[in-house]
Amino acid sequence: MAVLDSAQSTVVQLEDVHKTYIMGDEKVHALAGVTISFEEGIFCSIMGPSGSGKSTMLNLLGCLDRPTSGIFILAGQDVATMNDDQLSDFRLRHLGFIFQSFNLIPQLTVRENIELPLFYLGWEKEESAARAEELADRVGLLDRLNHRPTELSGGQQQRVAVARSLSNDPQIILADEPTGNLDTATGEQIMSMLIDLNAQGKTILMVTHEPEVAAHTQRRVHMRDGLIERIEED
Amino acid sequence: MENLRLVRNIQLGVKNLLLHKLRSFLTMLGIVFGVASVIAMLSIGEGASKSALDEIRRLGSSNIILQSKKPVEDEAVTNRRSMMSIYGLTYEDERRIARTFDAVERTAPAKIIRKEARLGDRALELRIVGTTPEWFDLVARPVAAGRVLLPRDVHAVSNVVVLTEFGARKVLATRDSIGENLQIAGNSFEVIGIVQSDSGQGGSIQTPDQQVDAYIPINVARERFGDMVFRMTTGSFERETVELHQLIVQVQSNDEVEAVAAGIDAMMKHFHKKTDYDISVPLALLQQAEATKRTYNIVLGSIASISLLVGGIGIMNIMLASVTERTREIGVRRAIGARKRQIIVQFLIETIVLSTTGGFIGILIGLAIPWAVTVFAGMPTVVTGLSLGLSVGISMAVGVIFGLYPAIRAANLDPIEALRHE
Repeated sequence: MAVLDSAQSTVVQLEDVHKTYIMGDEKVHALAGVTISFEEGIFCSIMGPSGSGKSTMLNLLGCLDRPTSGIFILAGQDVATMNDDQLSDFRLRHLGFIFQSFNLIPQLTVRENIELPLFYLGWEKEESAARAEELADRVGLLDRLNHRPTELSGGQQQRVAVARSLSNDPQIILADEPTGNLDTATGEQIMSMLIDLNAQGKTILMVTHEPEVAAHTQRRVHMRDGLIERIEED
Repeated sequence: MENLRLVRNIQLGVKNLLLHKLRSFLTMLGIVFGVASVIAMLSIGEGASKSALDEIRRLGSSNIILQSKKPVEDEAVTNRRSMMSIYGLTYEDERRIARTFDAVERTAPAKIIRKEARLGDRALELRIVGTTPEWFDLVARPVAAGRVLLPRDVHAVSNVVVLTEFGARKVLATRDSIGENLQIAGNSFEVIGIVQSDSGQGGSIQTPDQQVDAYIPINVARERFGDMVFRMTTGSFERETVELHQLIVQVQSNDEVEAVAAGIDAMMKHFHKKTDYDISVPLALLQQAEATKRTYNIVLGSIASISLLVGGIGIMNIMLASVTERTREIGVRRAIGARKRQIIVQFLIETIVLSTTGGFIGILIGLAIPWAVTVFAGMPTVVTGLSLGLSVGISMAVGVIFGLYPAIRAANLDPIEALRHE
């Protein structure tokens, strides 16, 4: 890292963030006043039992949702006040997603799946083809570019998803149980891939409930009842 | 960049539709049949009315046609043993009309007598039409050989006759017969020309069975045959005096036709005690026929639009199912950064591709049906560019209208919910 303080600069900042859902007559406080910040270049896992608010947290961090109240700054921008289109653009330019169930689009080839964010970014055909090949090579699937997701194994599909999450060169990668649908060996492969990415400077925020997976990360945020219970740091 | 995205969106749409070939095809059928029936129905309707309109138009839209008619009162009287009836248009009527109305360009009278004609040893009953040279200007009769009547024939009161092709053939007159003499009721007439028969079906307004017409100068007709006609039927003897059987009045412009026709009618009523004439205005008939045609088209069009509507609903139904089926895809696209508008465009393009493809197949079938009707049933059909344009437009519009709701629904899905959708 060329810049001295780059490891220290805050990329995500939440202050007293609430997220309240109304279910019938009852108010459900999915997040009940969370204050936390993440520095650039960190690999952090968010853990907790179901109903702890970790999914809500990830949806907020992924700009798929807006907090009910509180301050939420992402990559220097106030995300809490953005409208739907602005959030879409923000996701397109700054975020990459990896899902538990891979979420590749079945009718598109591996190449087209990787190119998907570039399509919305409006890249030219040649540039985006070159980018897709480079990323497929990086995840070791250069020979599978014209295959469809259904022709690949789970591990291969998740590698395609990793490649897709990288195509727009995002600042932050959000991973939702990335190894949840994989066997242990394949899960390890994906984890080492994420560790490599983090070593190359990508900020990665990951939700998981498996302690073995979380053990790979530098920081583990434990949540319970919409609040941060404790933070473990290596 | 936007164009590139549009092209890729269309490619994507086609790809998605090809993924479910049978489903897409069945969805398209509604539009296919809708468009095909619009084009087929309009072309058959157009064809039917065109032949009727042509018929009327041939009579001349700036003409007013008057015809002698035996008054109703006379019919009863003629039942008696011997009777003489005088009725119909008179030479004076013609002069009066020409004098009174400034808008009248010219008039052409016709006096019709049935006589036996003989050329060499061939004999045939002809319809002798005594008329003036103007008649040939007002009623299109292309010359097949020789010439038509000229003013000098009238001035010289010459015994000349112009035959129609059909009648000419019957008496074995050919090109070479010009200059020969045709015997009509004991008078000798020089054949000066042969004109083409009227191609129209019989029973038209001015002259029934005009195929065997023979045209002679009107003053010659009057002089040789007089105004009186004797008719002998079983047990009765009838005398009729009719000066003119028909009078064509040409008006200077179409705008004045109606007024002049009304004026003539009023004048005729004044001078004729009995209704012994008919006035017909081709322009009015034309307008009437056109109005009928419009009504016809509207009715046919409405029926066809119902099938298009049904087709559109079919498309909407399938697209709604498709949106549900592809909820996760929509979630992924939204998470990656697609705006709502881009999701709408994606789904809308799919329905437009579906409906326009259906539209084009429909056009092909819609062109085949009138062709088959013309070839196998012999009915005239006219495919207008308007009906083609209309069909393409309508099928695209159906795509947009019925695709919009599913597309908006897709775009408004909550990305979080959509990603979780099983």
